[in-house]
Amino acid sequence: MIRLLDQPFDPGAELNRFCAGRTETGAVASFTGIARGEAGQATALELEAYPGFTEAQIDEIAQAAVTRFGLQDFLILHRVGRIAPGEAIVFVATASAHRRAAFEACDHLMDYLKSRAPFWKKEHGPGGERWVEPTARDLADAARWD
Amino acid sequence: MTRVLLFGRLSDIAGWRERRFDPTPARLSALKALIAKDDRGLGEALDGPGVRAAVDKALVRGDVSLAGAAEVAFLPPMSGG
Repeated sequence: MIRLLDQPFDPGAELNRFCAGRTETGAVASFTGIARGEAGQATALELEAYPGFTEAQIDEIAQAAVTRFGLQDFLILHRVGRIAPGEAIVFVATASAHRRAAFEACDHLMDYLKSRAPFWKKEHGPGGERWVEPTARDLADAARWD
Repeated sequence: MTRVLLFGRLSDIAGWRERRFDPTPARLSALKALIAKDDRGLGEALDGPGVRAAVDKALVRGDVSLAGAAEVAFLPPMSGG
């Protein structure tokens, strides 16, 4: 499942809910991305999505990951709107019978989300605001899975 | 009538995020020409590198027909989360 959230969320509570009641899963991997303050240089992040389109594009990649890695289930939460340093921006959890698939699928989904998912990101700081695009590192990380 | 949506830096350049066009231009190129006539800077930005278009939430390539399109979105390079 994929959800866009315009309010802060609790990654720990989400992980507990995701793990609950799984008697045949064996492995859950999760990742939480947190907004960095960059020593005062980033006072807030603003993330824009295209509701409906953004979820559909992410879901397409996630469904392909389910097949590729043999996942039993996944949960992707992504913040939109204004995000303060220290708040969780993104949360990915993957469930599989054994750990390797859960780790790899989680890594893969994060690389996709960081570089290719339909979000537009603006960083606010003391010097004003700027649109942020994926770094060369983000693009290279995503290309590992092509 | 079609609804045009701008995302990311495109809405900053335009000063708007959503606008209605009535009647709906026949093709994507006609819509872009109409926009460029009103705002040359935005017109150039829509043809800038990496800008994609989506019609009714599906990515399109080239100069597609807008017959029956309820929504056209212009998407600058996606920056990820």
